Amino acid sequence: MRFLLDTEQRAFADSLDAMLTAADTPSVVRSWSRGEHASGRALWRRIAEAGVFALAVPEAYEGLGPRPVELAVAFVELGRHAVPGPVVETVMAASLLTEPGLAKRLLPALASGEAMATAAPAGSYALDGDVAATRLTWDGDGLRMAPGHGPVRASLDPARRLTPLLPGGELLTPDPPVTQALTWARLAIAAQALGVGLALLDRTVAYVRQRTQFGVPVGSFQAVKHQLADAKIALEFARPLLFGAALTMTESDVAAAKVTACEAAYATARTALQLHGAIGYTAEYDLSLWLTKARALRASWGDPGECRAAVLEGFSGGRRS
Amino acid sequence: MDLDFTPGQEAFRAEAHTWLRAHVPDAPLPSLETEAGFAAHRVWEAQLAADRWSVVSWPEEYGGRGVDIVRWLVFEEEYYAAGAPGRVGQNGINLLAPTLFDHGTREQRARVLPSMATGEVVWAQAWSEPEAGSDLASLTSRAVRADGGWLLSGQKTWSSRAAFADRAFGLFRSEPDTPKPHQGLTYLMFDLRAPGVTVRPIGRLDGKPAFAELFLDEVFVPDEDVIGEPGQGWRVAMSTAGNERGLTLRSPGRFLASADRLFNLWRTQGSSPITRDRVADAVIGARAYQLFTYANASRFLDGESIGPESSLNKVFWSEYDIALHETALELLGADGELADTDWAEGYVFSLAGPLYAGTNEIQRDIIAERLLGLPKGRR
Repeated sequence: MRFLLDTEQRAFADSLDAMLTAADTPSVVRSWSRGEHASGRALWRRIAEAGVFALAVPEAYEGLGPRPVELAVAFVELGRHAVPGPVVETVMAASLLTEPGLAKRLLPALASGEAMATAAPAGSYALDGDVAATRLTWDGDGLRMAPGHGPVRASLDPARRLTPLLPGGELLTPDPPVTQALTWARLAIAAQALGVGLALLDRTVAYVRQRTQFGVPVGSFQAVKHQLADAKIALEFARPLLFGAALTMTESDVAAAKVTACEAAYATARTALQLHGAIGYTAEYDLSLWLTKARALRASWGDPGECRAAVLEGFSGGRRS
Repeated sequence: MDLDFTPGQEAFRAEAHTWLRAHVPDAPLPSLETEAGFAAHRVWEAQLAADRWSVVSWPEEYGGRGVDIVRWLVFEEEYYAAGAPGRVGQNGINLLAPTLFDHGTREQRARVLPSMATGEVVWAQAWSEPEAGSDLASLTSRAVRADGGWLLSGQKTWSSRAAFADRAFGLFRSEPDTPKPHQGLTYLMFDLRAPGVTVRPIGRLDGKPAFAELFLDEVFVPDEDVIGEPGQGWRVAMSTAGNERGLTLRSPGRFLASADRLFNLWRTQGSSPITRDRVADAVIGARAYQLFTYANASRFLDGESIGPESSLNKVFWSEYDIALHETALELLGADGELADTDWAEGYVFSLAGPLYAGTNEIQRDIIAERLLGLPKGRR
């Protein structure tokens, strides 16, 4: 038993972090929110070149996966930098398209970053349906390639552009592995949410160290410190659940990681807003990119109640590792 | 990165499992916080020790099995899963023994540890004083030089189970006029039945009497019962505080077993959707604590030390424990108000968690200042 990321996994995280820092991701997010996708597409290709989407795609279809631990490592970094676009849905598509003919036809483009995918059950919203080339939807008949998308609706997180998918379209398979795809989506979101929470904590710690009131940094006040300590505790206990879930990939473990990471990120967002004060309540200040995402991720692909129910469905007690 | 146990670790688990299933008493022992319960738990300690299960992580010469932290975690999982009794020797085993391993002499270890392992000598802690709680370094109990040893005088309080324990360990001021309060303190062990010691039991929240205050009036302690150098007690004690908050005070096995019991209670009560989320949180929290501890154990085995991170641990388990018991009492309905259930006993015990071993306020200060790098300020 060695429950720690190895050197290679940590180096992978560091290299993604460096790449996303250098890419000025906040300005990419703002363009994406306005529906200007050029810089986002360029960033997407670089993320794909780093091998991120390939981690969800089997080797037989030009991927490197499935490698859930490395995928979780990568998605923490995507969350830390608030990377926009249907990153989770692209991972999900890779696990929906297991039928060999479909996999061969659609997965290589996802692994290489040539195409983005989005996914949504019929009647729901798909993320970035106007940008994704592969729009997957499922109804009573099975998995379909949606023929198009409806008007873009604004999300609470401006970077998440919600689109209804048009009904009908090619029936890809009558019996898609939706449960498995949901597990992958929840793992990716858990990781993304952890990254969002870590970014919010880092930024808030930096802010309260330099912001002075009453002649001292506000970070020297116990009322401020204790809120940040609680955020730190919540995030540090979400982290092992995330990587534990990536190792077992059981529905129950992944649901536990999803609800815990999302609740930790959301609690950290509330703390971050409170401790920044009014400047945190402005759209122009970059903190907003993470604040709004924390709320949106919490409900995406399984809200807290659904995840808690999934934890108990898979639980029989006597859990020893 | 993996969560796999080696065949050797699995064999160790199986051996512990088999022994515990054969030996754990069928009926729960009376409360550890009562005189009869204390005695019954002491008998159980002797039974554990006879087959070398009481202190598995200690070297064999002191009654242990010399196992590493992973096997210790495995043992604890099996121990609590088997419904085995609480550990009456825990203050000595968790707090004094690590200090002796780090700062004691070979003679002290040989003299103190074997009787601690068998429960023959049960140790209490003597840290807090009426005017020194979170600000422990402000303590005023004195150790005055005497021929061949020290004379201890003063008052210690909030000492868990000191009413029935045999010996105690704590800090005393041996140099009265030092520039800083944490200087000039000495770490000593003393006999609770020595002349000059008065032990006054204090009922804890539910009235059970094991809590106590200690009055010391020129109690003689020989030099051989000083741990570390005289005057260096703060440094010695802080290594104990680190252990106390760290990996060994509350093992994940305990909470995994409690979460299992809570889940079973919820299911036998009809799996109500009203309490579902809180039961799920108990199950999730136990798993989180287990995996968090596995990660820290892995770091420890890599040669890293666990420092201020142990404060994350302390706040998490102490708050988790209360929430779990609150949920259980709610599930019990009208019976949740009864004082004589295991859940009620556990609930009252859990309420002390955020107070002892460094209050959670002190822990949050440590997290903020030492892990997040925030500036020190007024408390």
